[in-house]
Amino acid sequence: MMSPFKHPHVGKLLIKNGRVIDPSQNLDKEASVLIENGLIHSVGTHLNCPPNTPSVDAEGKVVAPGLVDIHVHLREPGGEAKETIATGTRAAAAGGVTSLISMPNTQPPMDNISDIQFVVARAAQDGMARVYPTGTITKGREGHELSEIGAMVRVGCVAITDDGDGVLNAQLFRRALEYSRCFNLIVMEHCEDIHLKGNGVMNDGPMATRLGLAGIPRQAEYSMVARNVALAELTGGRLHLTHMSVKESVEIIRRAKEKGISVTADVTPHHLTLTEDVVQEYKANAKVNPPLRTAEDVKALRQALKEGVIDCVATDHAPHTQSEKSQEFNAAPFGIIGLETALPLLITELVKTGFMSLPDLLLRMTATPARLFNLPAGTLKTGANADIVIFDPDSKRTFTHFASRSQNSPFLGWPLFGTVERTLVGGQTVFERSASPVKPHPSPL
Amino acid sequence: MKKTESRPKDLLGLEYLTKAQIEEILNQAKPMKQLFTRSVKKVPALRGKTVALVFFEPSTRTRISFELAAKRLSADTISIAASTSSVQKGESLIDTVKNLEAMNVDYLILRHSSSGAANLISGEVKAHVVNAGDGAHEHPTQGLLDAFTIFDKKGRFDGLKVVILGDIAHSRVARSNMWALTKLGAHVVVCAPPTLIPPGLPDIFEGKVTVSNKVDEALEGADVINVLRLQLERQKENLMPSIREYTELYGLNLSRLALAKRDCIVLHPGPMNRGVEITSEVADSHQSVILNQVTNGIAVRMSVLYWLAGNPSLSHSSHVEELSRMETGQ
Repeated sequence: MMSPFKHPHVGKLLIKNGRVIDPSQNLDKEASVLIENGLIHSVGTHLNCPPNTPSVDAEGKVVAPGLVDIHVHLREPGGEAKETIATGTRAAAAGGVTSLISMPNTQPPMDNISDIQFVVARAAQDGMARVYPTGTITKGREGHELSEIGAMVRVGCVAITDDGDGVLNAQLFRRALEYSRCFNLIVMEHCEDIHLKGNGVMNDGPMATRLGLAGIPRQAEYSMVARNVALAELTGGRLHLTHMSVKESVEIIRRAKEKGISVTADVTPHHLTLTEDVVQEYKANAKVNPPLRTAEDVKALRQALKEGVIDCVATDHAPHTQSEKSQEFNAAPFGIIGLETALPLLITELVKTGFMSLPDLLLRMTATPARLFNLPAGTLKTGANADIVIFDPDSKRTFTHFASRSQNSPFLGWPLFGTVERTLVGGQTVFERSASPVKPHPSPL
Repeated sequence: MKKTESRPKDLLGLEYLTKAQIEEILNQAKPMKQLFTRSVKKVPALRGKTVALVFFEPSTRTRISFELAAKRLSADTISIAASTSSVQKGESLIDTVKNLEAMNVDYLILRHSSSGAANLISGEVKAHVVNAGDGAHEHPTQGLLDAFTIFDKKGRFDGLKVVILGDIAHSRVARSNMWALTKLGAHVVVCAPPTLIPPGLPDIFEGKVTVSNKVDEALEGADVINVLRLQLERQKENLMPSIREYTELYGLNLSRLALAKRDCIVLHPGPMNRGVEITSEVADSHQSVILNQVTNGIAVRMSVLYWLAGNPSLSHSSHVEELSRMETGQ
């Protein structure tokens, strides 16, 4: 595969006969997509292009805007044994994700211009997906002083977050929300009261009691959701709450939106599909923060996603090495990888079960996250980047290995619908499942 | 040699055993205990087997108890303590036990501060894994020896009121006791301040465990009181204002003991903080069976090692002779 950034697509490419779903235009029909010089030229049933136009046959497949994942840990610099910008964006490509927002809790944390520039440069060099970096809210991610937010924004930082931790100091978080208004910048917050979390490693409740593991009460999340919403109301800043895990958070967000407070939220595929029951065997691949909760929470989160109270899906792709994850449950780090399983998992669990339609799901994985973070992505409108995913919603595939450098997924061995067949960034193929090459189009349409 | 029903490879916790399996182990501990009264306390049942005692947490009593149990069955033992092990050099738990397995040990007796540590290695090795205490999860041989001691004194489980008094939240002894005793038919009352009670107990044990925060109510009419050791550092986590206040509110003294039945017995898994969770008057009273627990512990652990090897169960004292003649069980 060629880097779409070092080798921009030149010429024409036709993706024909697919079911084109583009929620940004309310489009769902059998059509072809014509790409020219890395951009969408047109979408339609009778496209006018020369007979020798290279083409990809997408018959029986869905053709959609490439997925947008606003919460990804690429780990570089400092965590290269877990993931790098090169391997993480290959995992993204394999999962149909063409634009992603990278988290700044690297080593050292990204709290200055040169760190942001490093990610931008590295992604241009090694990337197979578009990478949009975030910077930390506070210097060193220590929760004491604001980072140089304006400087980071100038070189490409698209949001600020101390993700991995919340900002405990309410006055400081208030200032972050206020100051970010200069740039109309989103403050993405990991909602967790670390004192209440204590040494917890899973959801608090009977299962934790049974396993003898310290619990993280749901209140550790939603008390901070409530505080953060109050501060968004106070400041008028743009607050985005990431990886929501409990039903009470959903209710607080619902009421905040009704009041007109500027708050948005995301949920991970694992919180939409798993409960604390999977921790039963002490498998550290189910250890994640916030922890997997209960069936009632899963139900409320699904409903919130369907209604748009929770705006979008984000994977919180959090790679960790095999040796880290094969430790004792207490000692293993928190985190689950998600780039490659997000789409198949949600097609299987939400669409195939009839809970929501495929266009509705794709809306929450493409146009909505792109709109929230103001990214040039998530659409097949003429002139847009030709970032496209082609997948087969009806073919089932069992995950046995991932393109990510890490394999810490609780979905290993799960047979899932929605196989990603091909991913394009700027018209350039960055992932292709079958070995079949791009063939010249034999005859005019 | 005919095998009875299929046995689990490992003893990870009493949650995973059926009532019948627990009874089998307890019954078989009786002939084991009878050996102790003989001048030669050793039988060849596990001759040629190697038992590795892998202790990542300091322990004297449990380690020695397992060691004696193995030796009285003629197994060879090796003992690894965390302070001298490669764990200090950063080796992972799984690597450590795989190395031991490569030395062909037959049993791994594991004590570890992390809940689930024994479960973690269970699938990684062919050796029998015996959980000798994992974090706040389970300490199954302690649960078995407590049950054995109770049955020894009471002759039944049905209808017994067993009070577990102390830090339930952080106690693997409490969990293993709750699993064993509720399966065997007793009713368990756990008693501690709310900060030391974990959530969900009545649901987990389907109503066979009740929770009390009032020691006087809990002890009323009790047949058995199992007093847990209080980890003195809990005070620093604000789980109680002071040790003194804990003793005042929840310590077992003679006047509280008088609330229980006259023939109530008192257990403690040790080591005791005399004057904290239990007074010396109670610990040394005729109602205390604390030293019986220590003796019974060896018999119960012998029974566990023997049982895991898949040997037919021995339930009558006449089998002691049979046991003495027995070669290694396959």
